[in-house]
Amino acid sequence: MANRDATARIQPRKQDLEDAYAPPANFLEIDVLNPETHGIGNKRFTDYELRMRTNLPIFRVKESCVRRRYSDFEWLRGELERDSKIVVPPLPGKALSRQLPFRGDDGIFEEDFIEDRRQGLEQFINKIAGHPLAQNEKCLHIFLLEPVIDKNYVPGKVRLT
Amino acid sequence: MSLSSFFGFGQGADVEIILDGQDTRKMAEIKTEDGKKEKHYLYLDGETISGKVSIKLKKAGTRLEHHGIKVEFVGQIELYYDRGNHHEFTSLVRELARPGELTSNVSYDFEFNQVEKPYESYTGTNVRLRYFLRLTVVKRLSDLVKEQDIVVHTLSHYPDMNSSIKMEVGIEDSLHIEFEYNKSKYHLQDVIVGKIYFILVRIKIRHMELQIIKRETTGIGPNTFNENETIAKFEIMDGAPVRGESIPIRLFLNGYELTPTMRDINKKFSVRYYLNLVLVDEEDRRYFKQQEITVFRKADKVRKSVRNASAKFGSQDVAAHVQSPSSDHTDASSPRYEHNYIAD
Repeated sequence: MANRDATARIQPRKQDLEDAYAPPANFLEIDVLNPETHGIGNKRFTDYELRMRTNLPIFRVKESCVRRRYSDFEWLRGELERDSKIVVPPLPGKALSRQLPFRGDDGIFEEDFIEDRRQGLEQFINKIAGHPLAQNEKCLHIFLLEPVIDKNYVPGKVRLT
Repeated sequence: MSLSSFFGFGQGADVEIILDGQDTRKMAEIKTEDGKKEKHYLYLDGETISGKVSIKLKKAGTRLEHHGIKVEFVGQIELYYDRGNHHEFTSLVRELARPGELTSNVSYDFEFNQVEKPYESYTGTNVRLRYFLRLTVVKRLSDLVKEQDIVVHTLSHYPDMNSSIKMEVGIEDSLHIEFEYNKSKYHLQDVIVGKIYFILVRIKIRHMELQIIKRETTGIGPNTFNENETIAKFEIMDGAPVRGESIPIRLFLNGYELTPTMRDINKKFSVRYYLNLVLVDEEDRRYFKQQEITVFRKADKVRKSVRNASAKFGSQDVAAHVQSPSSDHTDASSPRYEHNYIAD
């Protein structure tokens, strides 16, 4: 019969206790919170607070907090579709029908609608930000970390330094 | 003389091929084209195939005119997309009877001595390799043909060189792993022992599995066609690992339907096996690494010599040996193995 050595378990390397009990190196959480509607009449728009906490070294800060509106998310999605090789997940709906006149309700400023959209945006950004290839795109870093998005930025890759 | 035999309609006779040594010879299972399993007698390279052919007239007193009776041993490769062309890589014939007439039931002995069977029998998705005996009673209008399959296994000794597979792979800054498999060549009842060591984990892994993938390649050049089949899926880790963790692998091969690795068989097809390590993260993204392994059929430790019970023939192409009481002639030669040391 086959001797025990032939099928013995391969000896593993000992794991550092630091590594075993430290927080995992894959911590990345993005919350989309506190929707606020600004402006009056038909010049109104809603934006959301984007709070990121992470220990991934690819991001130059460990925490960030910015405000973003739906069209900013559309901008990010467009940039990633063009520049990165990933399949970008879909955004929650644009809800054009809600922007038509003569509606009984408040259209896109309805509370329920804003809450649904908030959840969809949160799922979207977490999916993307966790993708190793998306993490190399400048547009994602601008979106998550910069208070104001410079739409005239030079597209490119981010490297770990 | 009935009308049916006059016009050559209907069989007129029952023909049967009976192989020698049925009480001692092992049988082996093989799939048919439509996926059913069949059992046939198992022969190895170099073994003699002998037996007898029995022809029984359906109605006593009738006569069967024929233009010759022969038995052939054929090894052929059939490509399913090219049905018209069976590629015969082995073909031997024994003439059993000259043109004449049968007036009673008759039986002929035949022997294909120490015949080469260079490849293993294989039934796949797009190609089939089979060995069979074909008895033909040549007649004016339509021949009486009977085929009898056998199964051939190719055996290999345990390879001298069987290094382990050890490699570091990953995605820069996101995931680095080192995988190790204890061997590169495994036999059909072997066990894959290995480990996965995590060097860098910056993604959220949900689970990890090991797959065995069979790739059947048919055709040459621009007409190459690869058929991939996942033979096994085995989860080896559930949950998120961290840096420095090792995950053991122990995968028993005898539970899966594997064949030996077949490389460029008669320049017509190949069957190769790959280990596919797959990691899946929280967002269902899949990260994978494929690695080819060689699968072989191990020779048994003890081999009994095959005894030939039928009478021996003097020359290779003369037949006309109607059944005589079989002399108990023991052939002391043991089957000749293929000494296939697995090369890379």
